[in-house]
Amino acid sequence: MKPMPKTNDPLPTDPEARRLRVQRQRNVAMALVMGALAILFFAITIVKLKV
Amino acid sequence: MTAATLALPTDWRDFLSLTKPRVMSLVIFTGLCGLLAAPVRINPVIGFTAILCIALGAGGAAALNQWWEADLDAGMKRTQARPLPAGRMERESARDFGVALSAASVIIMGLAVGVLPAAILALSIVYYAVVYTIWLKPRTPQNIVIGGGAGAFPPLIGWVAATGHITAMPVLLFAIIFMWTPPHFWALALFVQTDYAKVGIPMLPVVAGETVTRRHILVYALLLFPLALAPWWIGGTGAVYGWSAALLSAAFVVLSAQVGLRRSVPGDAMKPEKRLFAYSILYLFALFAALVADRWMLG
Repeated sequence: MKPMPKTNDPLPTDPEARRLRVQRQRNVAMALVMGALAILFFAITIVKLKV
Repeated sequence: MTAATLALPTDWRDFLSLTKPRVMSLVIFTGLCGLLAAPVRINPVIGFTAILCIALGAGGAAALNQWWEADLDAGMKRTQARPLPAGRMERESARDFGVALSAASVIIMGLAVGVLPAAILALSIVYYAVVYTIWLKPRTPQNIVIGGGAGAFPPLIGWVAATGHITAMPVLLFAIIFMWTPPHFWALALFVQTDYAKVGIPMLPVVAGETVTRRHILVYALLLFPLALAPWWIGGTGAVYGWSAALLSAAFVVLSAQVGLRRSVPGDAMKPEKRLFAYSILYLFALFAALVADRWMLG
């Protein structure tokens, strides 16, 4: 299996590889934001249920 | 902007930089101080959500500001590396990102915290993105005075998020930042004057000249002094805040006087102006930290 490039590595020179790398990083960032929001909404719901 | 430049999808870091994270840190801090200084203990989850919404709202407004000012930013050295003028992002992406962040912040604030803080948050976003960015900034040298209101909202929102209503104290916190903003930005405008002049933004030093700007800085610093002490005088805080505000504001007046009563000479390093700008940031952090310390020490 091909190892994943580190975040701080310079962007690859091949345009398609660069596009895929940036897109993958965006997907990971979006997934983290969505996950954090899901946890936050769950916590808010629990707090509101207790009030 | 060439097609080749945009062949690469926009990096997530560029979206993050659209939110002006450094400005946001001051917004988060003052909002948090407003929330912690309020005489009501708020549930930590709801408090966190309120601060998150204040940050998201500020980020959304900042993105809309950069979308509208992309052409101006391209002409200024300080801003030309931003994602839009540098050609790393489509303008529509910045606009949509700003609208989405702003809308999400108001909706979440309204549903999780309360309608009043959500309404004030919405007002602050419109104030910054429309009243300041679109209307006042390109039209009047008083842009900073009225536009400074946008940055003054966070402690008010934080306080209202905790208490659910508006009283004299959060209005005073609003007024303190409102009065602090002109000397803070005019000090900056004095030593980046050529950049603003180049793109035709009517900053006070460009339109009215350096001497008038220096006088204005001193006047606002003098007005800020009693205003910073007002929370103590009305009994909203104790002596910890009162003495801190007196000392910090006195130093602010002294540094402002050094700027207000002098004239620059050709080749001037503008050290007093740079010192005042740096101190003004420290001043606001220290003043609001003293406010929270006072509340927590007195219970």
